[in-house]
Amino acid sequence: MIPAKFNYHKATSLQQAIALSQELGEEAKYMSGGQSLLPMMKLRFATPEHIIDISKLEGLSYIKEEGDLLKIGGLTTQSEMEHNELLKSKYPIFGDAIWLTADPSVRNCGTIGGNIAHGDAANDQPALMIAMRATIIAQGADGEKSIPIDEFFHGFYMTALEPGDILTEIQIPKAKKNSGGAYHKVERKVGDYATAGVAVHLELDDDGVCREVGIGLTNLSPMPMRLERGEEVLRGKKITDELIAQVGLIASEDCEPDSDLRGSEAYKRAIVNTITKRMLNKALERARK
Amino acid sequence: MFKCKTSPEVGGMGHSVKRKEDARFLHGKGKYTDDVKLPGMLHMVMVRSPYAYARIKNINKEKALAIDGVLAVITGEDLAQYNLHWMPTLLSDTQMVLPTDTVMHQSQEVCAVIATDRYIAADGAEAVEVDYEPMDAIVDPYKALDKDAPLLRPDKEGQKDNHIYHWERGDKAKTEEVIAKADVVVKERIHLPRIHVASIETCGVVASYDKDTEKMLIYLTSQAPHAIRTVLALVAGHVGLSEEKIRIISPDIGGGFGGKVPVYPGYVVAIAATFLIGKPVKWIEDRSENLVNGFARDYHMDCELAATKDGKIQAFKVSTLADHGYTDSSANPSKYPTGMFSICTGSYDYQHAFAELDAVYTNKAPGGVAYRCSFRVTEAVHAIERMVDKLAAEIGKDPAQLRLENFIKKDQFPYSSPLGWSYDSGDYEATLKKAMDMLGYEKYKKEQAEKRAQGKLMGIGISTFTEVVGAGPSKDFDILGIAMFDSAEIRVHPTGKALARFGTKSQGQGHETTYAQILAEELGIPYSDIEIEEGDTDTAPYGLGTYASRSTPTAGAAAAIAARKLRDKGKKIAAYLLEVSEEDIDWEVGKYFVKGAPEKSKTIQEVVFAAYTNIPPGMEPGFEATHYYDPPNLTFPNGAYICVVEIDEETGAIDVKRFVAIDDCGNIINPMIVEGQVHGGLTQGIAPAMYEGIQYDDEGNVLNGTFMDYLVPTAVESPHWETGHTITPSPHHPLGAKGVAESPTVGAPPAIANAIIDALSPLGIKHLDIPITPSKVWDAIQAHKK
Repeated sequence: MIPAKFNYHKATSLQQAIALSQELGEEAKYMSGGQSLLPMMKLRFATPEHIIDISKLEGLSYIKEEGDLLKIGGLTTQSEMEHNELLKSKYPIFGDAIWLTADPSVRNCGTIGGNIAHGDAANDQPALMIAMRATIIAQGADGEKSIPIDEFFHGFYMTALEPGDILTEIQIPKAKKNSGGAYHKVERKVGDYATAGVAVHLELDDDGVCREVGIGLTNLSPMPMRLERGEEVLRGKKITDELIAQVGLIASEDCEPDSDLRGSEAYKRAIVNTITKRMLNKALERARK
Repeated sequence: MFKCKTSPEVGGMGHSVKRKEDARFLHGKGKYTDDVKLPGMLHMVMVRSPYAYARIKNINKEKALAIDGVLAVITGEDLAQYNLHWMPTLLSDTQMVLPTDTVMHQSQEVCAVIATDRYIAADGAEAVEVDYEPMDAIVDPYKALDKDAPLLRPDKEGQKDNHIYHWERGDKAKTEEVIAKADVVVKERIHLPRIHVASIETCGVVASYDKDTEKMLIYLTSQAPHAIRTVLALVAGHVGLSEEKIRIISPDIGGGFGGKVPVYPGYVVAIAATFLIGKPVKWIEDRSENLVNGFARDYHMDCELAATKDGKIQAFKVSTLADHGYTDSSANPSKYPTGMFSICTGSYDYQHAFAELDAVYTNKAPGGVAYRCSFRVTEAVHAIERMVDKLAAEIGKDPAQLRLENFIKKDQFPYSSPLGWSYDSGDYEATLKKAMDMLGYEKYKKEQAEKRAQGKLMGIGISTFTEVVGAGPSKDFDILGIAMFDSAEIRVHPTGKALARFGTKSQGQGHETTYAQILAEELGIPYSDIEIEEGDTDTAPYGLGTYASRSTPTAGAAAAIAARKLRDKGKKIAAYLLEVSEEDIDWEVGKYFVKGAPEKSKTIQEVVFAAYTNIPPGMEPGFEATHYYDPPNLTFPNGAYICVVEIDEETGAIDVKRFVAIDDCGNIINPMIVEGQVHGGLTQGIAPAMYEGIQYDDEGNVLNGTFMDYLVPTAVESPHWETGHTITPSPHHPLGAKGVAESPTVGAPPAIANAIIDALSPLGIKHLDIPITPSKVWDAIQAHKK
């Protein structure tokens, strides 16, 4: 529970942080909220020589709609999102997820950027990003880059971010008329990582036909997963109970869970079916409001 | 109900006065062992084994000693020079302090690194190189007795296999005969898995030896400081530690639950280290260390309950296999290796019972902590309460009705149980009926029938337990021969304020308030004028500590009797002051008065002042008294708990809709504190029922050694507890009190298990071992669907 020795650097600006990271090389790690990194360091699973603390960088904590986009600054904490009026009124899926993420003291520190950049399929935000088709904006030595979410996750704790890159902003298509999202995860107790989690976002046209749909799964595969086959079933169709049942079944077939302390593979496949159906119905209800 | 004799200002028994200790706790001013900082203090960190069973081929200290600030690496070989590498356990077994050649469980202490600060000590521990030769661990206790199983304890003379002891009580032949002839016999193998106490404060010590005065000062997270001092004097006398030179201070304790009764190897190494180095040494467990060491429960119980076809219970038999890890270090001060397990016949009136137990060694951590229960009472209660429900299901009788028909009746007390206990008092029928009324039992039975008709899973579970607490009478208990009395010493100052000291030690129970209330009840001095101290062996009277719900039954009784001694002295002084004979003086709370002339009176404060200023000729001055109380019997708190659950068949999720807990703990000192104890205990009851359990893989690795996977329930997981009481005073306790802290922990798990299994019974599910998690429920549903 005591980390190995490391050097602490407090970043004063985005450019200085990136320059420092370039200078210190691979043994340096950025820390924003520290809620994933610090426990790993305390268990000595991670032993970075240098910590570059970016948590106090200015101008990276915001939630706003601009043009066709919802923009969330990378250093926005989960608590700020939980209590934000814009998200509460137009994007309730965030409330669903954040209420189930860890506990208030973790959410006070933990940032959305860190939650995504950590590249952990057990974190909740990646599934939401997949469902809502987010674009990740990062700043690095070569300037700004824009990464579609489907190209962002590369594997277990691996992302498209290159050494020195800082996740600065999340961009999500602005909520349209007749759209809605929902998230739920089954957890063993409050604050736990998901046994299985499902994020659904969908958009209907005026006739109630599904114009667009995104389904993301939490902790059911080595990296955050999109349920592509399920989305295809719904896209362009009027959503019926039969189609919802079909997508639930696809979720249980296509996910890639392992048996572990959270339950057997069969159990996880069964509950992802149930949660997928329940979240599709909940998202549908919200879209129709 | 209990009627208060004192005003709220005096705050005697029955008043929900606020806890005196809470101001410092709520302001963050509690002083715990880890808050102790002494000049020149060194820090110790343990190197622990990654293997469950391995030979240690070599320990290389060089790289650790090369780190600036690392002063020493202490191994078993080092301790062996002083014959301190092994220590005795309470149950006549032996436990390694540090190993010289073999590690017996994962995370066992291998060596200790001492450094100038804790961070350097942790780096030093990382740098120690240990060369292990792993061996095949015995994890399954049933395999420990296989003929070809390796002998785990060749160090023990005469030890030929991994069997530790056999224990039995009751009439085996007669019980088996009744079972063989019975109309109905239900059988089940019930496992109560290993669990951790998981107190918020981990264990720790600061040991400081002064070579000039030869005094050993030890700050320790101990529930029993006096007992530990005596143990230390007895086991370390050969290196010069003498009891009068040892001072143990238990400062504030952040939860004990039995986990702070044992002596852990880290304590001994820190004490040895300060003795050798001459500087204070601090060792504080980190969370992971706390979670992988020590355990409670781990009984595999083969139960048979026999009854007539109408459900009249006739006989109970239980044969148990106990997994003690590599040594029997059960924190059990009774004269029986299985503690109070023979309470397993429960709250029911029948003649024949037999209990036996075989204990075995495995490659797991030692412990046998009595987690918030009096030494195996939780196991006993779970066995009988599960079996009674199973019997009800088998013969198709309502489980409440079955219990009502089999209860020991109110007029049968004191009741001699078939396995030899003398239950002091109870009114089981009234207690269960109160719980049923509070719940609306019939309404829920109806709702259940309707839900079942719709294919929904709803269950109602009952537990009507009898506890046995207050360790204890010297005929049943001792620690190294020391009888298990407890003590109170009262000093009333000239101005009528008091200081009282006790041999027990609060870990959150609220002693500073409740003991003051007992004295307020007996002396009429306001509770707020009475300071309570515990935990310092140099100042407190000798006592055996706090566990087994024993503080009220023992030290609480001692307080009452010591106060009555003072009242008798006061009566003589009052008679002198009022110029009448002693026989003419009467007492009402706080005041002596002349019989028939109540206007002629002296307050307790006036009498106390006279004890220092105007003493009757020939009387010893002062107003102080001490009492050591060896209880004539244990106390038998009891209760009726009812739980209602609904289960989501698709996900296995368990929703606890209602939980009603009626406790009978005799007379109540502070109802608010009892309510708090019950809430905490119920939460620690839902914990093993639905969440907690140490899991091992085949190699003996602990799979859930952090709070991420060891699931301690929080307020979010806790249902709304609905509590109430019946009051049947203990006839042999001076205050009629019984103790309550453990009842909810003991009583809740079978109520919850019974409710869940009742919910699943339409699918043909007849038993599940705890913890019953959603995934376990889902697995069971699938298995029964096929």
